[in-house]
Order: sequence, then structure tokens, then C-alpha cells
Amino acid sequence: MNEPIHSLAAPVARLIEEFYKLPGIGPKSAQRLAYYLLRMPAAEAQALAAAILDVKEKVGFCSICQNVTDVDPCRICASEQRERSVICVVEEPLDILAIERTRAYRGLYHVLHGAISPMDGIGPEELKIKELLGRLRSEEVREVILATNPNLEGEATAMYLARLLRPLSLKVTRLARGLPAGGDLEYADDVTLTRALEGRHEMRD
Amino acid sequence: MAPPHLYKTEAIVLRQRRLGEADRILTLYTTAYGKLEAKAKGVRKTTSRMAGHLQPLTRCMVQLAQGRVNEVVAGCQTIESFQALREDLHRLSRALYAAELVDRLTPERVPGFATYRLLLETLRHLERTEDFGPSGGSGLDPSGGSGLDLALRYFEMRLLEDSGFRPELGRCVTCGSTLQPQQNFFSPQSGGVVCPSCAPGTAGPRMLSLNGLKVLRLLQRGSYNEVARLKVPPPLAQEVERHLRSYIAYILERDVNAAAFIERLRRQEPAWLVEV
Repeated sequence: MNEPIHSLAAPVARLIEEFYKLPGIGPKSAQRLAYYLLRMPAAEAQALAAAILDVKEKVGFCSICQNVTDVDPCRICASEQRERSVICVVEEPLDILAIERTRAYRGLYHVLHGAISPMDGIGPEELKIKELLGRLRSEEVREVILATNPNLEGEATAMYLARLLRPLSLKVTRLARGLPAGGDLEYADDVTLTRALEGRHEMRD
Repeated sequence: MAPPHLYKTEAIVLRQRRLGEADRILTLYTTAYGKLEAKAKGVRKTTSRMAGHLQPLTRCMVQLAQGRVNEVVAGCQTIESFQALREDLHRLSRALYAAELVDRLTPERVPGFATYRLLLETLRHLERTEDFGPSGGSGLDPSGGSGLDLALRYFEMRLLEDSGFRPELGRCVTCGSTLQPQQNFFSPQSGGVVCPSCAPGTAGPRMLSLNGLKVLRLLQRGSYNEVARLKVPPPLAQEVERHLRSYIAYILERDVNAAAFIERLRRQEPAWLVEV
């Protein structure tokens, strides 16, 4: 934004400017949010400010799995209920949330914080791969599940990791690829359909 | 020619970037309108019907609607998905390099059917070339990829020509005399080969061996089949690659990102594997 408008109180203009920096917030939304805060009870505004500061102060990355956490090691890494011999490798912290929602996985995680994207100059060095290798050396790991996204970057990352882990004697698996629930067969692309056919299984009644 | 409001064209997806919650901006190279950007809505959701058809390096028929800023993808259907290319890092990294180079060298909305054909053929070559160098390996062996590299050099030379940056390989760019069968110099800044007597006064001359010049000339004048039959020893292949890469870096005023990943795959052992 260029020069502040003079009819605007300076603190309000500053708040608008801060909101404007957030993703998906345009100039109008920034103004709307600022004026909403202005009318908000002081206690609520303080709670919001405190929450923002808290996040910045208390939350960091788990020294083991690199997930976002407020305690180190994170709750999953520290838990005694988790199966410690399986590590599920994901691109982003939000992917852990998605997998946890299923309640179908009881092992540990490792967050790479990205995927290999050669065209954007993101190579293996930019990811938390070194940390993963360190874990595989020190921990008793039986299986590594590559749960990167089923798109070009995610597949490239999975292939790269599979190649890297090959010398270590452990089971390396990849999430299955197939048809999404609620999808239509006729709209499926050939790659997905081929994989779905390859991964078909017997119906039991 | 301005495209109509809703139109169909064949395209190869060059690259993509995320936009907002579930959208992507795609860079497409189309047969009819050249390179353009299009917004693909909702393609990051697992239930997207289009996502699988719009991955980078897919050749597809797209239906585009003119939006306010970008075109919007209204529909798409895969024509060729280059599956074998995606399942091998050596092939994939080189294909991404080719796509990135097209993206960086071509202007927006200038039809270039020759470039489209070249990219399409290169993707096919990269998918099918079997020569994997000395170990003839699985495609995962780190020293592999010499046949692929030759296909990529051919692509670079042709793309340079299509974009108006054809390097001069017949005569000295400074004095104009016919090049002698001897060691000459390649000068990216001058756009071609410089003879030994002109080299001292030229910006950034790099030594060019006689065989290096011969390979460059074949890449420029030969057909792909002639190039593919060539057996190039590794040091010579590296020399040719260095010259073309320095020339491209000079034109673009930057390096091609994907080149770093090709390099990384070539290295026997990732450096930090030894470190840990």
C-alpha cells in the first residue's frame, strides 16, 4: 500500500496494513477486519493478540519429527501408545492432521516441510531428509511409509527417498493410489485408473 | 489473433503453482496460442476430476474460458501422460528441465508450433531412450543418463534456434573467417565460436575442442536420429553440455533451476549422506 490516507487514524491504518499482508486478504477485507476489531470488546482483542504472540513464542518444530509443536519432543513422538517401528513421511504438518483423523495409523511421523520441485529450485537439501536419515540410524525402524502427495513433486520426492533408503535394510512403502471416494470412474485419468486396477483386491462378503 | 471466449486447444502443461486454498495456476504451452497461464480451480482436492489430467508434463486437450485476468480451465482430457517418464528420476528431471527451458525462453501468447512439436518429441525421446550409459542400468543408477543427455542437448540446440538464439558454429563471430579444424573458443557473450586469433579480444572465451565443435554442429544441423546414433565419451559430453549451458545462462541471465537437480542425481553419493 502506498501513503496512508490522512483521514484514517494512524493505528487503524497500521492494523489494516498488517492484515493486508495475510494470504487471501485484499485491501477491502483488511479494512473490514480492522473495523471489526475496533468494535470488539477489549478482552476479546487481547485474547487474539495473546494467541498470536503465544503461537510465535511457544510453538516450534519437534526435534525428532519436525512437526509443529509446543513441547519438545512433540506429543506423538513422546507417546508410549504409538508404534515406534513405523515412520510415515509427509510433506506438511497439515498432512499429519489428515492422517490422524482416520485413526487408522498408530505409528510415528516425519515432516519434510516441502517436496522436491526441481523447476522451483527446491532440491533434497531444502527438505528435512537429513533429519530423517539420522532417525533411521538411531531408532529401531522397520518400515517407512512414503506419504507424499500423489502429484509430480510428491512422486519425485518419494522416488528420491526410495532410492536413498534402498541400502538400508527396511521396508519402504508408498501410499496406494486409486479412485477417490465419491468420484466418478468416467472422469478418472489413466494414471489413476491404471494404479487402481493394479491395486485391486478381492471382495469378501 | 484474440482467442474466443471459450475455446479448445491442445497443450502441454509446463509447470504449476499453488493459488489460494485448492487452486493452481498452470503454465500451458498450447498449439494454437503458444504459452499462456490458466487457472485450474479446485484441482488440489482429491475429488477433482481434472487434477490427474493437469499434472506438469501432460499432453492434453484443454477447454479454456477467458477470465478477467487469466484463462480458466473449463475441462480437460489427457492425450499422452508420459507415465514411464514420471517413474524414473533421471528421465523426469530432464523432462522438467526441458519444460522449464521452454517456459523461460518463450514469450507469452506467441504461437510457436515448432516449439510445441519439439517439446512433445523431446518428451517422447526422454521417455523411450534406452541408452543408460556404461552400466546400462535400471534408470536409478547414478552414473546413468548419457543417452538422455544427448536428447536434451539436441532439444536445447533446437529450442535456441526456434527462439532466435541460434549460435554461430560455421565461422568466427568476430572476424568472419571460416573456422579451421583445430581448437577454437566458444563465447556465450558473442553468440558463437571465435577463432584462436580473435579469442584474446573477445569477452568470456571458453576452450572448444574440435570434437566439441563437431558435436555442436551435428546437434544444430543433424536430425534427431543422427544425433541418437552418436557415441559421445563422457568428457566430450560434459564439454558440450558446459558450452550450451553457459550460453543459455547468458541469454536468460540466470541458471535453469532444474539443472541443479540433474547434477544432484548424477553425483554418486549425496554429500550429506556421508556427513551424517
